Amino acid sequence: MTTTALPDDVAALIGVPQYEETGEFPVERGYIWTTCSSVENGNPLYWDDEVADALTDGPVAPPTMVSVWFRPHHWAPGRQKPALPLQVHFDLKERLGLPEAVMTENTIVFHEPVRPGDVLRTHQVLRSVSGEKTTKLGTGRFWVIDVEYRNQRDDLVAVESYTGFGYRRSAS
Amino acid sequence: MTVTAPRLLHGAVVVGDLLPVLRYDVTATTVVLGALASRDWRPMHHDKDFAVNRNGTRDIFLNTPNQAAWFERYLTDWSGPHGRLGRVTFRMQGSVFPGDTMELHGVVDEVAVDDTGCGWAGVDVTLQVAGDVKTTCRARLALPVDDDDNPWRRRGDRWKP
Repeated sequence: MTTTALPDDVAALIGVPQYEETGEFPVERGYIWTTCSSVENGNPLYWDDEVADALTDGPVAPPTMVSVWFRPHHWAPGRQKPALPLQVHFDLKERLGLPEAVMTENTIVFHEPVRPGDVLRTHQVLRSVSGEKTTKLGTGRFWVIDVEYRNQRDDLVAVESYTGFGYRRSAS
Repeated sequence: MTVTAPRLLHGAVVVGDLLPVLRYDVTATTVVLGALASRDWRPMHHDKDFAVNRNGTRDIFLNTPNQAAWFERYLTDWSGPHGRLGRVTFRMQGSVFPGDTMELHGVVDEVAVDDTGCGWAGVDVTLQVAGDVKTTCRARLALPVDDDDNPWRRRGDRWKP
């Protein structure tokens, strides 16, 4: 199954924290409501302040939104090229010459609730890269990237693990 | 304040319980709204030409963060607002396109109380289209063990997701 060795410079990145960054904007309720609206989520915890006060001492964000707060603006003043979320994923695509990619598995473990006004920070860690494999999409490699999120008080908010598959489409 | 919303207690849940099925007709608006709500500007979630010609899919498709929001909504529709997610694992097996009717099905596969007294339900959720499983989600959800318990109050050593 494995046909090509992993380049040394890629292997050297495994386990190394990269791309420490702070969110571009504070957590805000507009996105919370837009997200709840997009999936018709009527949970009163997100719509009724009295419920939020009683359960969580004030508004919180749906836990699964944790990565939303780190997706960069599509454009920002002075930026020379589009910023990409989960940059390690895109670095691997480029370095390994794999133009297409999909995410195949995603685990998120939730800790301290995220609240409006929080400014989160994060870093990414490449955990593993497989040998070359062929699937129905094409030939490429699977990789696992962890993302750790903390708030401005240094409380752990979440740890997210992504499994991606970068590939070249099979000739048809 | 007394929260009057439904509250699913841990003791009311047993392994094998089925969650009510959620059906939803997916449109291009569903896909684009979900992508933009999750700040995912990648073209395969709003540009059909890109999705077809670059990704080799038949149309734009639901992005992963928005599917996560669908799963969360499905789980907390069942639990009520006291339910607190501890952990989710998604496995994407196929894409969900405009024109699809997606169905979410869930079954309880674990009921446990941890050493801090926190009540947990493990739920195996599948997102299906016409009987084909497109995404699976294994979730661990904290539920109150009695009327005085609130999983959201747990912090530090008392929260072991």
